Amino acid sequence: MEDPRIKIIKKPKSILNEFPRKGGSASTATHYCPGCGHGIFHKLIGEAIDELNIQDRIVMTSPVGCAVFAYYYFDCGHVQVAHGRAPAVGTGISRAEDNAIVILYQGDGDLASIGLNEKIQAANRGEKMAVFFINNTVYGMTGGQMAPTTLVGEVTVTCQEGRDPRFTGYPLHMSELLNNLKAPVFIERASLSDPSHIRKAKRAVKKALKIQKEGKGYAFVELLSPCPTNLRQDAEGAEKFLNEQMEVEFPLTNFRDRSSEAEPLYRGASDFSKELLDNIFEVNTQSEMEPLDDPDFKTKVIKIAGFGGQGVLSMGLIIARAACKARNHVSWYPSYGPEQRGGTSNCTVVISGEIIGSPAIDNPDILVALNKTSLEEFIPRVKNGGTILYDLEIGNFNCQKNIRTIAVPATKIAKKHGVVKAANTVMLGVLMVISKEISQKFFIEAIKQSFAKKPKLIPINLDILEAGSKWAYKNLEI
Amino acid sequence: MSKKDKKEPYPIINILECKECGRCILICRKDVLKMNSTLNKRGYHYVEYTGEGCTGCGDCYYTCPEPLAIEVHIPKQTKKNQRKLNGNTAH
Repeated sequence: MEDPRIKIIKKPKSILNEFPRKGGSASTATHYCPGCGHGIFHKLIGEAIDELNIQDRIVMTSPVGCAVFAYYYFDCGHVQVAHGRAPAVGTGISRAEDNAIVILYQGDGDLASIGLNEKIQAANRGEKMAVFFINNTVYGMTGGQMAPTTLVGEVTVTCQEGRDPRFTGYPLHMSELLNNLKAPVFIERASLSDPSHIRKAKRAVKKALKIQKEGKGYAFVELLSPCPTNLRQDAEGAEKFLNEQMEVEFPLTNFRDRSSEAEPLYRGASDFSKELLDNIFEVNTQSEMEPLDDPDFKTKVIKIAGFGGQGVLSMGLIIARAACKARNHVSWYPSYGPEQRGGTSNCTVVISGEIIGSPAIDNPDILVALNKTSLEEFIPRVKNGGTILYDLEIGNFNCQKNIRTIAVPATKIAKKHGVVKAANTVMLGVLMVISKEISQKFFIEAIKQSFAKKPKLIPINLDILEAGSKWAYKNLEI
Repeated sequence: MSKKDKKEPYPIINILECKECGRCILICRKDVLKMNSTLNKRGYHYVEYTGEGCTGCGDCYYTCPEPLAIEVHIPKQTKKNQRKLNGNTAH
């Protein structure tokens, strides 16, 4: 029981009573070295959490670095994240759980080196998080290597003659860097060198967390912190190093405090309801009939390939939709280069009587090739006994295997109908005839669905589909 | 004021938790902390209070990296003392 007549300054409530990391008889000791800044700073965070009464809302991320085991010390929600990835994880948490108060605890390797890009992007988005950056000018956990923040001339394991800017540049000033961005609400650099600095640091920490409590946005506190083990200092040496060297390179100041004028950041709730998604993807519930299992149905793999812009992907989509309407199991798997026009693209449609294991199948039964490059690329992969539909204009090509090749005057027919881009629809008409599994009415419905937003194009495409099918009946053995 | 009423603040040092970093000794304004020459169970020399002169400033607690190593106890003013104080300082 606490004696009301005595004020006690001691471990905050939100710091746990035991830290089993060390195990054995030392379950109440931190895993940090003597004189380390992490323990000092943990207590400040704990105090601020207690005073703001926000323990239940805290989700902290611990970094890769000495503080990787931060979850042994804080009594709050916790995620241990991959090296430098705290901003991404923190963004996810803060957006998924609007009420969460996200704390990112990061060191100079984690934040200023491997995680630098993410750090800047998250700050620039003004994510709701309090970022605590421990800057001790050295990589602690890995044994004292040079960090981005190492001072010029400072000796570390990997700069034995002192950091030489001709080779390794200059110390990175993270607070100043972030201060170029518009979104952050609060940026301050503080120090853990001695009690008066520590008390100032506490105020910065509390402010950063208060901003989170009020949901106002991004807060960044950089803390100059002692690492007496790796920098081979005693208590006095560490204090002097922080006050007389680090502070010169990294001035202690409040760079920004917009906490009083900043408004809470509301993004609104995300809507992932089925109704909304159905609407976005134009899923008409009436036509969405579950596929039927049919053990007798022989799985058919169709690959369509050509230049981007030739309607390769949309032709695949129409086939897939027709198969959907016929209540088959279907997958549609596109693959295309970065070019919007002119690059090659292809898609694979799998139609099956059972649930499809993988949509990525390399060996098609039917290849529809709309240009020569694609034709030559995919010929070797067509199944023996398979079929190739190709545009007559492609001309001659070599095909050694037992494959039925059909030269379709697709472009010619499309031109005759005045829509040169509709060669894919001619191919669709031929495919419809030779692959019998799906009846014509489903193809017609699929075309209507696919052109629902451009209804003027429906009649002409249906005409062209018909023309393709007529050509097939006239010229092929069906 | 009798000597009994004059309660002084004091630090409580958990000997087991001290890691001998020396930060508290360095910053103590009243110079009332010193390193003991014997070792604690974990093999560190440990800090101890000389027993007199603590002002309860809390600096040793704040500079200590071990959450469980130091507490500072500060007796509050008794009502009697407070009244006296108020009487002396008010208006």
